Amino acid sequence: MERRIGERRQGRRSASQSDRVEPLAKSLGWFSIGLGVAEVAAPGKIAQLIGLGNQPGRRALLRFYGIREIAAGIGILSGRRTDGWMWGRVAGDVMDIATLGSAMSSDDTNRTRLATAAAAVLGITALDMYCGRELVRTAPTNHRMSFKKTIIINRPREETYSFWRDLENLPRFMERLESVQVRSETLSRWRARAPAGVNLEWDSEIIRDEPNSLIAWRSVEGAQMKTSGSVRFETATGKRGTLVTLEVEYSPPGGAIGAGIAKLLGAEPGQQVENGLRRMKQILETGDIVRSEASIHHRMHAAQPPAEFEEKILGEGWRTHQLPAEHGRTFRGEEAL
Amino acid sequence: MKAICWMGKNDVRLEEVPDPRILDPRDAIIRVTSTAICGSDLHLYGGFVQTMKKGDILGHEFMGEVVETGSEVRNLQKGDRVVVPFPIACGKCFSCQKGLFSVCENSNPNAWMAEKMWGHSPAGIFGYSHLTGGFAGGQAEYARVPFADVGPLKVPAEMADDQVLFLSDIFPTGYMGAEMCSIEPGDTVAVWGCGPVGQFAMKSALLLGAERVIGIDRFPDRLRMAREKIGVEIVDYEETDPLEFLKETTGGRGPDGCIDAVGMEAHTPGVLYAYDRTKQAIMGETDRPIALRQAVTACRNGGTVSVIGVYGGLVDKFPMGSVMNKSLTMRAGQCHVQRYMRPLLERIQKGEIDPSFVITHRLRLEDGPQGYEMFREKAENCIKIVLKTNGIEAEGGRMIH
Repeated sequence: MERRIGERRQGRRSASQSDRVEPLAKSLGWFSIGLGVAEVAAPGKIAQLIGLGNQPGRRALLRFYGIREIAAGIGILSGRRTDGWMWGRVAGDVMDIATLGSAMSSDDTNRTRLATAAAAVLGITALDMYCGRELVRTAPTNHRMSFKKTIIINRPREETYSFWRDLENLPRFMERLESVQVRSETLSRWRARAPAGVNLEWDSEIIRDEPNSLIAWRSVEGAQMKTSGSVRFETATGKRGTLVTLEVEYSPPGGAIGAGIAKLLGAEPGQQVENGLRRMKQILETGDIVRSEASIHHRMHAAQPPAEFEEKILGEGWRTHQLPAEHGRTFRGEEAL
Repeated sequence: MKAICWMGKNDVRLEEVPDPRILDPRDAIIRVTSTAICGSDLHLYGGFVQTMKKGDILGHEFMGEVVETGSEVRNLQKGDRVVVPFPIACGKCFSCQKGLFSVCENSNPNAWMAEKMWGHSPAGIFGYSHLTGGFAGGQAEYARVPFADVGPLKVPAEMADDQVLFLSDIFPTGYMGAEMCSIEPGDTVAVWGCGPVGQFAMKSALLLGAERVIGIDRFPDRLRMAREKIGVEIVDYEETDPLEFLKETTGGRGPDGCIDAVGMEAHTPGVLYAYDRTKQAIMGETDRPIALRQAVTACRNGGTVSVIGVYGGLVDKFPMGSVMNKSLTMRAGQCHVQRYMRPLLERIQKGEIDPSFVITHRLRLEDGPQGYEMFREKAENCIKIVLKTNGIEAEGGRMIH
């Protein structure tokens, strides 16, 4: 199963497939809006047309369905998560059919018209389902990803650079990076752990090193994880510390490993990188990662002190970064005024 | 230990939870002696603030005795009596070094959440949702204080808890509200909301040299406190239209400074309230800016609107045209408490103010949950509740009604 998903993700969306599905999705989106507007504007007329009778309760229901149709239509046409909205339409179709079906047993309804309407809805449902499946099947699957994130750190360039240049510091602030072992001046071995126990290991080499300005690296030939990146250090305006700009690129392979890497990077990999940089700022500016009672847990947790048995969540304990005395002045509230 | 926990909308309970522990070398553990329920805790209580989690320990106004310090805390010792400022601030970042402690760049571990909502993240806050860090609060027997080398203020032994407790939040908050008005001699300052923060804003406006101060509220006991304890003019907005009154009483010019000490759950008689309440209920806006709209409209040309009432998200029908065309200055913020604690302590020592005048109820920590209900309902003329862990008698206090 995993393999199949991997293979699917590997394929790129072919032009002919997307050409076929996207116009259909668009038409269904406009159809949704048109029907929705009609249901909202003239629920009585629609009710009579489909044989539902003209009762106030049914009119209100049709208006509600109309709003649903309009929302789905806008969602589909927005072009974001089109497949999700399309499956939303399918759910709506099921509601419609259920409504028509239950109206059949009512006295004040026109059964012939109801049956015609139900047949029409069934046809539309089939079209919606086809379109939804095609959208999922042909979704873009190339997982080559790249990020560029910047953070400003209230420390001198030299210190920020040296901290990063000691690559063994990276796992302290980069989530899911378990360890970096420095093998030589340029070579290092990286280990990362994804949820569900998938472990990844790769060797990386530094390809450019300009003291206090830039470090660039890439995974070595044949590594499981194909990745490259660079980090730049620039003095901020007004000497307000250092601008750190991190650029990373991953091209995960297909198959189970690719799926594992996708999991490793999570739903919002850019956010992970950003959070990592923020933790680096915390270490460099305050001496340690800032922890709250809730944030020490991996999942959402109540803001309560950890119980005895949860001690392990703190991991290996602290390795406080020694702040150099000349930059380590703490600004206390009492000095402010 | 025992702690007051948020268990759901309108549901807080006294729970048995683990004792806090040092998580960072710059932490200290405090044995809480006094802690207060803040008006902004009512926003959490009523479910108006997102990202609360069942079991969260509440409370951001507290003080007590240092019982343990991390290896990097050198300014505090076991046995020191300290007041803890509600914003958690690292003292090392750009904001902290500018004295803007409530927008510390480092102290919110959930900064990404706040960034999604507000663009940038403010400081972490004790017991105030996960959006501001998921820190356990101080309505408990013990509390962990991060960056204890920056925030807590040692207080002299001869001063009672009740005199200094409010240095943790509401006194500096009110003071900053007045300070942001850049008061000049002869100025008139109007304050929306005569809750505890409003009371301190009014008192501070006088301390900073305002000639006239006008308090606006609808609760008779709060208005009475403003008139009798502080000596300011009062307007009951259910009887008198504040806009008309303020215009008339200033010869048509309007107050020089207008302070919103109400925030997102404002009230007003009539249809406008129904409009905002409805928009809030259908998620069309998260906050009801009724007091804020009035403050902007009432303010004189070129005057200052100072916002210290808490807002969380989006407001509707904000009179930006008035702000722009009248050349208004708008200032706002969670209080940078750390920078006001020392000078305000000195004002208390000099006898310029005794902050304990706002206290209407002293309860045991155990009775905190009833305190929340009483405070929300404004029952028994409740204005400010202080919770004691040592028993009420130990403080020489008594229930006041």
